[in-house]
Amino acid sequence: MVRVINALLAIVVGVGAALLLYYVLNMLVERLPDKWEERLKPYAFIGPAVVMIGIFLVYPAVRTFILSFANAQSTAWVGLENYTDLLGSSDFRLTLVNTLLWIAVVPALTVAFGLGVAVLADRLGPQAEKLTKSTIFLPMAISGVGAATIWRFVYETRPEGEPQIGLQNAIVTALGFDPVAWLQLDTLKVNSFLLMVILIWAQVGFSMVLLSAAVKGVPEETLEAARIDGANERQIFFRVITPQIWGTIITVFITVLISVLKIFDVVYVMTNGNFNTDVIAVRFFNELFRNGDNGRAAAIVVMLMIAVLPVIVYQVRHFRAEEAAR
Amino acid sequence: MTTTGTTPPPTAVPGEVKPRRALPWAGRREGAAAARGRGQAGPLVRGVLLLLCFLWLVPTIGIIVTSFRTPDAANTSGWWTVIASPLDFTQWTAANYREAISGGMGNAFVNSFAVTLPATIIPIMIAAFAAYAFTFIEFWGRDVLFVIVVGLLVVPNQVALVPLLRLYSDINFSLGPLSVNGLTGEFAAVYLAHIGFGMPLAIYILRNYMSTLPKAVIESAKIDGASHFKTFWKLIVPMSVPALASFAIFQFLWVWNDLLVALLFLGPGDRAVVTVNVAALVGAQQQGWQLLTAGAIISMVVPVLVFISLQRYFVRGLTAGSVKG
Repeated sequence: MVRVINALLAIVVGVGAALLLYYVLNMLVERLPDKWEERLKPYAFIGPAVVMIGIFLVYPAVRTFILSFANAQSTAWVGLENYTDLLGSSDFRLTLVNTLLWIAVVPALTVAFGLGVAVLADRLGPQAEKLTKSTIFLPMAISGVGAATIWRFVYETRPEGEPQIGLQNAIVTALGFDPVAWLQLDTLKVNSFLLMVILIWAQVGFSMVLLSAAVKGVPEETLEAARIDGANERQIFFRVITPQIWGTIITVFITVLISVLKIFDVVYVMTNGNFNTDVIAVRFFNELFRNGDNGRAAAIVVMLMIAVLPVIVYQVRHFRAEEAAR
Repeated sequence: MTTTGTTPPPTAVPGEVKPRRALPWAGRREGAAAARGRGQAGPLVRGVLLLLCFLWLVPTIGIIVTSFRTPDAANTSGWWTVIASPLDFTQWTAANYREAISGGMGNAFVNSFAVTLPATIIPIMIAAFAAYAFTFIEFWGRDVLFVIVVGLLVVPNQVALVPLLRLYSDINFSLGPLSVNGLTGEFAAVYLAHIGFGMPLAIYILRNYMSTLPKAVIESAKIDGASHFKTFWKLIVPMSVPALASFAIFQFLWVWNDLLVALLFLGPGDRAVVTVNVAALVGAQQQGWQLLTAGAIISMVVPVLVFISLQRYFVRGLTAGSVKG
């Protein structure tokens, strides 16, 4: 009960303090001569937001970069040692390979599934379409931890002879094979792929919703014209619809890509990076929390940032182009 | 235009290419879609979709069923075996939930609200002020600042965690009855971080929305002598409610479902939030499946309810919040 009151108090105090701040800032600015008032007012409005972003994103990002050149306790400089150590260890290289594998597989499949469902469901009646989409979309609301728990019951393994309570092994044993310890099976990266399935399961709904909206926005005339010219459904899909929704496809791809780069909870809960399934964000957490190595954790994040950099550039360029077209 | 019987009359201009506004749950349907073979799916298409829906649902059904089975039943037979004898009530129980709630999930549930509510509500106002200035006032550095905001949208928040841990432990002060001895382990540590992390998205969504509002209204308010402060409160905030709601739902789900930040700043124990608690239960499976499944369901109830009831706004936030194309 005390907690709930504290939470409510935090909201009231937080919102109240912010309001008061704006009110005071506004009053102060209004007392200035008109010329200065006009000049300073916008900064009073954006000030608190800029301060928050500065404290919680910009300052820590710069600090992380600096800390990546220091030792575990951040007490002495070690130059590039964190980077060379990490890149020199086969363990970390494996983590990078796994992350690249996730990048190669998950965004593409998520877009493909989402587009497939969007296009197919578009042909159903409105009720059926809505039901189908809601079903696929629902995992979006479930946390990575929840999703991992759910999929435990698919991948769970019991020793041979005991009744299998994991769905996948129940099917395997029913077909007459021996049960497989799925999450420990790193031959051909099977366990990594099984973890990817969870993320795809969770993200296809998002991809479907955006792509469905785009598909519905394709002007009917263009499809009609293609049909008159004798194009079949396949040609219409690849030559008429796809080019027109390309922008959205890229959007979805990049958004999923970002969530793949940051993927933490699913892997952390399922394997904690064991059995050769480690990915970069889990490794980051373990370096920081289990090994208490600030320097290495920071170096991992810097590498993550380097991976994200092209996306940021794309994002900014795209935004600029859109603003110019506005 | 061949409209099938059940399709509501199109309200959007047919062929209008504005997908971001005409979303499937936004209550409007594109006229063009009605002409595109709606309701004409062949058996193959129906079959594929049905199979897909089935595959999507089965894992979730499994955990729901398991959460109501006795520990003994859950440990010795697959959950799907209940299909054979669903009416055998000796295998059903609600004790799992009682046990989970008293064993920490109830506590964690409250903690999750203590973190999520401030993290959702506080940033809205801060971002709204900033978005207003970005949209309606010309000032030096505006474009550069906003481009930075756009760039920060995709920055992984891992980037902030190491320095924040140190920053938090440096916060020591006492102010009358209020004494703070390091922020780590306090709810504030988590929600403050989420307020900061969510800020670029909030500004971005709100600014995009505000720039679609008619400029004439703001101009006339100015001519009438209204200050920016007044225009903001009396005009822009009420007009921006849909965008505010979109961000709120987005942020609520995001914070509620977050594991990483909560794990780092609060950790397991008395102050654990639901995700941290469920993750800890996965590690302690010897205690049996029943706690884990019931706990996981409890952790999902709120986001799923929020999601289902406010799907419309969520979708809009999603569309606006993703890297746009």
